[in-house]
Amino acid sequence: MQDNLFDLIIIGAGPAGITGAVYAARKGLNFLVLTGDIGGQAAWSSDIENYTGYQFVSGAELTIKFEEHMKKYNIDIRENEPAGELSREGDIVLVKTAKTEYAAKSVVIASGKQSKELGVPGEKEFRNKGLAYCATCDGPLFAGKDVAVIGGGNSALDAALQLIKIAKKIFIVNISPELGGDAVMRDKVIKSGKVIVMNNTRVTGVLGDKFVSGISVSNKEGERELAVEGVFVEIGLIPNSDFAADIEKNDQGEIKVNCRNETNVKGVFAAGDVTDVPEKQIIIAAGEGSKAVLTASRYLAIQE
Amino acid sequence: MRKNVKVYGTPTCPFCVRAKKFLEDNNIEFENIDISTDAEKTREMVKKSNQMGVPVLDIEGEIIVGFDKDKITQALGL
Repeated sequence: MQDNLFDLIIIGAGPAGITGAVYAARKGLNFLVLTGDIGGQAAWSSDIENYTGYQFVSGAELTIKFEEHMKKYNIDIRENEPAGELSREGDIVLVKTAKTEYAAKSVVIASGKQSKELGVPGEKEFRNKGLAYCATCDGPLFAGKDVAVIGGGNSALDAALQLIKIAKKIFIVNISPELGGDAVMRDKVIKSGKVIVMNNTRVTGVLGDKFVSGISVSNKEGERELAVEGVFVEIGLIPNSDFAADIEKNDQGEIKVNCRNETNVKGVFAAGDVTDVPEKQIIIAAGEGSKAVLTASRYLAIQE
Repeated sequence: MRKNVKVYGTPTCPFCVRAKKFLEDNNIEFENIDISTDAEKTREMVKKSNQMGVPVLDIEGEIIVGFDKDKITQALGL
């Protein structure tokens, strides 16, 4: 454990964490940011057209802008060091990572969400060997090949739309009776003539030798195999909140916060997509991040 | 000594963009290989890295998968 007692630790560096960090720097707090990556889910967005001031920006570009904004304030950001465990001892909050343990008077959790996994045999082995969670990034590797998109909501439709331009044939494997998402996107997908939609169908395994060669699926007609070289998993997101064992969450694992971003634990605040705030948007996450840090800084002032 | 650096990526992958920005910020010259328009280079990348995710960095034959700042820094001797 380190001797240094921070005023604040921010966990996560997506829109909420980064905005919070800029506010914390301007408040003159002694703080650091612990995170696995920079940009969070926003980095993976292909086209962002609703972040005020930018009529059009890609997730990658916005992430670079965020990073530059942080650099201006010389913020101590530890990338590749996500929080592993959070606990409270008296008035101090302890955050454990794979490298060490940090102590702070307050914490803002802004760890966001990550792609939900299928939880079927073969998924882990074939990750990045034909199985991917980002069609925007890895789609071009599957030019002229047959692929499968797993899921039936907007993110699955978005992935399918991107793959239509690249792949030969696309199976959409959807567990629900029909496709969800926006009607405009559904129509585009169906009209492309390249897509085969399989509703009421569950993926039971990812198959292959060194790389993916197919998936096994099951529906009321029984079990069958689809020959595909690419599998894109788009079945939604889960909050990165496991490390915060003592913090109250809703049934989806989102951290419960009030309108001041306070959790059920004193000195622990939360912001952005990891919380139960209604609507998950980049601009909302950014606003929530600033709010959480302002509440934390008020909390620190009262403690002194 | 100048090292031979190649970055395999796609224009739309955020970590490819960030990896290239990181190299530029450190004044490292590199060959930018856009695999989205080059099937031959895609095969080359998969063969070198034994996987299908981007970015892949080839630094003097050392293969780094993903934007791993620590590994890249080490391989370049920064």
